Amino acid sequence: MIRLPRLSWRFVPVWQRNYLVWKKLAIPSILGNLADPMLYMLGLGFGLGSLLPDVAGMPYLTFLAAGTVAYSTMNAATFEVLYSSFSRMHVQRTWDAILNAPMTLDDVLFGELMWAVSKSLLSGLAILAVIWGLGLYGDFWLTLAIIPVVLLIGFCFGGMGLVMNAVSPSYDFFLYYFTLAITPMVLLCGVFFPVSQLPPLLQAVSAWLPLTHAIDLARPLVVGRVPDNIGLHVLALLAYGSAGFVVALALTRRRLLR
Amino acid sequence: MLTVHGLTKRYGDAEVVRGLDLAVRRGECFGLLGPNGAGKTTTLRLLLGLIEPDAGQIELAGIPVPARAREARMKIGVVPQMDNLDPDFSVRENLVAYGRYFGMGRAEITARVPELLDFAGLAHKADAPIAQLSGGMKRRLTLARALVHDPDILFLDEPTTGLDPQARHLIWQGLRRLIAAGKTIVLTTHFMDEAERLADRLAILDHGRVVAEGAPRALIESHIEPAVVEVYGDGLADWTRERALAACQRFETVGETLFCYTDDAQRVIDALKPAPALRYLHRPSNLEDVFLKLTGRDLRD
Repeated sequence: MIRLPRLSWRFVPVWQRNYLVWKKLAIPSILGNLADPMLYMLGLGFGLGSLLPDVAGMPYLTFLAAGTVAYSTMNAATFEVLYSSFSRMHVQRTWDAILNAPMTLDDVLFGELMWAVSKSLLSGLAILAVIWGLGLYGDFWLTLAIIPVVLLIGFCFGGMGLVMNAVSPSYDFFLYYFTLAITPMVLLCGVFFPVSQLPPLLQAVSAWLPLTHAIDLARPLVVGRVPDNIGLHVLALLAYGSAGFVVALALTRRRLLR
Repeated sequence: MLTVHGLTKRYGDAEVVRGLDLAVRRGECFGLLGPNGAGKTTTLRLLLGLIEPDAGQIELAGIPVPARAREARMKIGVVPQMDNLDPDFSVRENLVAYGRYFGMGRAEITARVPELLDFAGLAHKADAPIAQLSGGMKRRLTLARALVHDPDILFLDEPTTGLDPQARHLIWQGLRRLIAAGKTIVLTTHFMDEAERLADRLAILDHGRVVAEGAPRALIESHIEPAVVEVYGDGLADWTRERALAACQRFETVGETLFCYTDDAQRVIDALKPAPALRYLHRPSNLEDVFLKLTGRDLRD
């Protein structure tokens, strides 16, 4: 049954639980989450970048860095609500224990979503730090606006991923989501090359994908421009994330509370 | 403390709980017995307000459930059937994290933890990871965790399943201390000895309905003859045919064993004398006999 979530501050202990566990393993977790996108960005950025002229009016490394902010934020949120949330829900039965306390599924799921947003903030900030460190930006003050954009991207993909979490019988199932949703988005939404290089049909598809909206916000901010159509992009990311969360709530309720 | 009236839950065509009525008094230990699939766990989930009933009323300490389930759950401690301790936390951290779900502040929980560790006999394991605990220790910690917010009523879903005898006795000791301290307990189990030991009153559930209710002793007295002679060995079939009807008030053959229920065990034993190949066990009847009489001997899978 689809209904609006009933949110309250009671999600905080759920968030806090995840934070305390994360804190125990913070260093390896940060390295594990951040090394990968950083290596891709620097390896391809310098390696491939040295062979290329400017891409979309900027050095390839800058182009790629802007895409990587969005891409690595998406990945951080997705991995958190897929593998980690699934462990807590299905394998460790942590959610069952929490639901026996005066907590609702809305609290638990929102706590998980906010935690995914927090993890993606960390991921986005790390890439942003590299952008600052290597001076890949146009206007420092505009790059600060990337921080709320990162939160928005985390919310969007956290909410969507929770739907997968709700319907998955096992970890293996998540591979479908990566193969059918995440990887195509990485290739179609302008992380590695401009969307304008794609055939018109694929460009039309790309315009509907949430990662495109994320990159359309992040890239101009890196280069030092105010993005076009801010309202549309923000709304798209909010819509995907909220719709995902509401559907995930209904599906998870059917899974756990029946 | 807890009243249930006409509670009904359906899944599709299957009616899992069928018009259940229960009344549990403050300070009593109430047992819910039943074979697998009788509706025990579904009933507990309904009482917690985790799932919505299709009909019926539940009131817990005067609070209607599920309408005000959140409020009711502030007063309930739950020991679930399957351990769901947080494996990423130590023993102490498990208690602290759980207290937060009840809205308790850090100081309040910290003050409570030593008492809970003592209760669980885990003071020496306070900083151990969960993976290092034995099955019995995990259960004791789960019980302590259920007490973190000092609830009035405890729901225990098969609290000693899978434990060795030593560990079971430790859990029982803990539960007796809680009963002595005035807590109300609702306990599901399919161990009859556990129910006989702990429960002041119990209800036997089958196919989602209460088939008998009362104090364990009273149930045995009202449903079954006081003694049982179990007879087995070569020549049982002949003896059953020739003697059983006269010697026993009521009998039942299950596999290779004849259960002979009687007021006068001596008469049965005398009747067994001409058949020395038969072996027998004479014992007082117990709750299990009542249970099997009421719910049958078929396997429930």
